[in-house]
Amino acid sequence: MSEDTQPILRVEGIVKHYGSRVAVDGVSFELWAGEVLAIVGESGSGKTTLLNAVAARARPDGGRVSFLTRHEGVVDVHAMSEAQRRLLARTDWGYVHQDAVQGLRMNVSAGANVGERLMALGERHYGRIRNEAASWLERVEMDVTRIDDTPATFSGGMRQRLQIARNLVTRPRLVFMDEPTSGLDVSVQAKLLDLLRSLTRGLSLAAIVVTHDLAVARLLAHRMVVMKDGRVVETGLTDQVLDDPQHPYTQLLVSSVLQP
Amino acid sequence: MNHAETLLPALRVAGLSKRFTLHNQGGVELPVLEGVTLDAFRGECLALDGPSGAGKSTLLKLIYANYRASAGSIRVRRTSAAAEVDVTTADPRTLLALRRDTIGYVSQFLRTVPRVGALDVVAEPLLGTADADTSALRDAHRKAQELLLRLRIPQRLWHVPPATFSGGEQQRINIARSFIRSWPVLLLDEPTASLDADNCSTVVSLIDEARARGAAVIGIFHDARVRERVATRVIDMERFQPRPGSR
Ligand SMILES: Nc1ncnc2c1ncn2[C@@H]1O[C@H](COP(=O)(O)OP(=O)(O)O)[C@@H](O)[C@H]1O
Ligand SMILES: Nc1ncnc2c1ncn2[C@@H]1O[C@H](COP(=O)(O)OP(=O)(O)O)[C@@H](O)[C@H]1O
Ligand SMILES: [Mg+2]
Ligand SMILES: [Mg+2]
Repeated sequence: MSEDTQPILRVEGIVKHYGSRVAVDGVSFELWAGEVLAIVGESGSGKTTLLNAVAARARPDGGRVSFLTRHEGVVDVHAMSEAQRRLLARTDWGYVHQDAVQGLRMNVSAGANVGERLMALGERHYGRIRNEAASWLERVEMDVTRIDDTPATFSGGMRQRLQIARNLVTRPRLVFMDEPTSGLDVSVQAKLLDLLRSLTRGLSLAAIVVTHDLAVARLLAHRMVVMKDGRVVETGLTDQVLDDPQHPYTQLLVSSVLQP
Repeated sequence: MNHAETLLPALRVAGLSKRFTLHNQGGVELPVLEGVTLDAFRGECLALDGPSGAGKSTLLKLIYANYRASAGSIRVRRTSAAAEVDVTTADPRTLLALRRDTIGYVSQFLRTVPRVGALDVVAEPLLGTADADTSALRDAHRKAQELLLRLRIPQRLWHVPPATFSGGEQQRINIARSFIRSWPVLLLDEPTASLDADNCSTVVSLIDEARARGAAVIGIFHDARVRERVATRVIDMERFQPRPGSR
């Protein structure tokens, strides 16, 4: 983490309704370059809805999301044009879906999945794209000989690795992840977590990780936000929240797992 | 260490209290510490003394900002900056920075990161978060090796993740990791608890060396002989027990 003067992301008062139901009710937080923030809470607490509003994948009913771009200063992500937002989402941002099927193109090769974002940025040289894709498959510890296979033939853990490679190839500065390890076998989960930890630390990535699993937060995140019924009930350093939880709901969450 | 730095405390704790509120057990209040006031100067080693449950570990965790204070202040002088930071009110970023450059902590138990080998676990505090350049990496590994040798960790274990190590081996990894940097403030929670006599005396030497470099050390030493050997002052934790009926 560098000694910057302002956060890379500022989220202010996000509100999101589904009909009369309030899914996210005035959530604010900041994220600094290189910082990993976990958003935890039980199913239905509004984590995914919040993440999608912050990542500009859905428009919130209230609030503002400001992102510090590389060259153009701070931008209001919901006030950008659709084209600008798409460019941002493909370059400086990454989004890792819980279900890899949503984040991958299932009918094209692993190499093409990784190369797609490079092509979107104007890279046309086939050899370079293929080399870059191969090097990213290696970085996410995939078997490079599978580069021409489609993700349809991959296991869940491999698909998730491929999704990560596809996102990181453009060296984004901010990555959103929604339950990146859930739904996988425990041993596959552990290896994927190790990979995510070394990638976020090694690349100084800022990341927001939505998870219902406190052990994931413990391993990956510097800071935590605890959500309940669409609101933030507690925030702090990850170890503070887990070792000395203050809010009744956080105490309940922490005491209901063995050793988070 | 210049003259002014030795005169100013590295750490000032004032009026510090801690109580736990157990919301899911009928909101019962558990007062643990009350009115803790102490200064620690560079070159000192304070030993926290008191029976089990007296709040010794809690005090170290409060200083490390692992636990949140109920009242009072904990002022720490950062290496680079002249101004003090109050740990009880600092924002998370400042706390993370303090843990990087000012406060080292040997917890009673090592929390291991899976798949990271012992040498890298020990070297990590020197490397920070971003990609380190190769000379920094070589330097950190060399220092880590020195410490592992001094603490008698067999070389065949250096690249093995400590998760499978014995309790005593894990503790020595934890110690090596915390002595690899010259932290101005060093917190030690029973660093010698499961060590044999040889490793115990290595830890005693490491503490002496840290003090000589100007660290303010605050420790819990279950072994009275170790305590007498390393402590320059003993803090009686009984003074900070909450009185019955107080809150
Ligand atoms: N597309 C939707 N339409 C209607 N209600 C939704 C929709 N998505 C989520 N919700 C509701 O909003 C609340 C928050 O959901 P979600 O953000 O998915 O929570 P989480 O990710 O924490 O499990 C839940 O009550 C959920 O049923
Ligand atoms: N996270 C916590 N939640 C609730 N109570 C705690 C917590 N940590 C410590 N305590 C309580 O605080 C008291 C002091 O514990 P501790 O500081 O570990 O004592 P010592 O290190 O002196 O043996 C004990 O009663 C312990 O149960
Ligand atoms: Mg969700
Ligand atoms: Mg203790």
